[in-house]
Amino acid sequence: MSFKQQKYFYGDIPEDNTGENMSSPKTETKNEWPLWEVFVRSKQGLDHKHVGSLHATDAAMAMENARDVYTRRQEGVSIWVVESKHIHASNPEEAESFYEPAADKIYRHPGFYQLPDEVNHM
Amino acid sequence: MLVFTLILLFKRQTMVIQDFERIFQEKIDNEIKIEPKDWMPEAYRKTNIRQISQHAHSEVVGMLPEGNWISRAPSLKRKAILIAKVQDEAGHGLYLYSSAETLGTSRDEMINDLHSGKAKYSSIFNYPSLSWADMGAIGWLVDGAAILNQVMLCRTSYGPYARAMVRICKEESFHQRQGFETLLVLSKGTKEQKDMCQDAINRWWWPSLMMFGPKDSESTNSDQSMKWKIKRKTNDELRQQFVDMIAEQIKLLGMRLPDNKLQWNEERKHYDFGEINWDEFWNVVKGNGPCNKQRLAARNKAHEEGSWVRKAAKVYADKKLKHKKEKIA
Repeated sequence: MSFKQQKYFYGDIPEDNTGENMSSPKTETKNEWPLWEVFVRSKQGLDHKHVGSLHATDAAMAMENARDVYTRRQEGVSIWVVESKHIHASNPEEAESFYEPAADKIYRHPGFYQLPDEVNHM
Repeated sequence: MLVFTLILLFKRQTMVIQDFERIFQEKIDNEIKIEPKDWMPEAYRKTNIRQISQHAHSEVVGMLPEGNWISRAPSLKRKAILIAKVQDEAGHGLYLYSSAETLGTSRDEMINDLHSGKAKYSSIFNYPSLSWADMGAIGWLVDGAAILNQVMLCRTSYGPYARAMVRICKEESFHQRQGFETLLVLSKGTKEQKDMCQDAINRWWWPSLMMFGPKDSESTNSDQSMKWKIKRKTNDELRQQFVDMIAEQIKLLGMRLPDNKLQWNEERKHYDFGEINWDEFWNVVKGNGPCNKQRLAARNKAHEEGSWVRKAAKVYADKKLKHKKEKIA
């Protein structure tokens, strides 16, 4: 039945495709280099942002490949690479209960407080 | 009793699937992107894997007709531009493979399918690039046709695919402009250069129109893809948009498109154009185009000849890791 849910533990990549099992001789296709997620800071003062993934044997190669694949037009001043298998991700199925604590606390937002118009700069 | 329980269980199960499907379609109708970890129908996953990997393969095979001219480019400037363009195509292939991998397929699987001939790529790359003017015609017409499709795909419903397309579209514009400029220079040159320019346009025009795929009335996957917003425009809509654009641009080149039926239709506010040779289209799709065998052979050869590099890199990385561990110990 097609109902089987695919489990993801590593960011956006299904767990059996992170290259972690690459040495297992199960099939011929399992000889890929590990998968890495790439984060790029586009300029000083901004956060690193996820841009995609790539395959590389080690961090140094991942870094050089990330430069060639994701910053050919000076899109970045800093790059992070992390092996996909090291990323742990929240699960959309649990989103409702997981984020529930924030749902009923409207007093955390400034608009909750009604102040006289005379109060400026607040 | 047991049978009854089973039926009940089954009923519950199918209801749950329908619920999932309803929520999924509601997201799409409300323009909420589908992300890798969200529930999606298997057919949606498969369609996207097929389409994204085909798209990636097209970028990769697309390097071959142009790679052919890197060593023959007429100047250092043109050579540098062509190298940058071919490098972009490789990059585009990588963005796309990376987004297909979020759907649960592996890089090796996709590459194997390409090399075995199981997976398709855009038929346009099964035509030969015979002269330098072809580099201009490919940039202007082939990339121009691809861009119309890709601009639409920036709004496709699967998040990682849409994001890859945004990145690609930013880079494609250079490809099309450099192509037009290449032809523009030729169109102002000697008689031989002008002839070369017209000849390239003659040969690439019809295959470019075929890039949009079969007519809407004959396209099998179209309805479902529109409903899932994988596609947002039909093949015929995009093709008409392309004809309208190129029919105007060619005036600036002082060249003509090889279609006697091409004519502005005041009533439709569109250009009318002649019938595509669909026999040729299906023939190339089925593997009998001028270069199908050559392209696949080139891909397989490159992959086999790179095999030792991939192995060596892996062994080297393992060795470095082992040394590092020994040092710590």
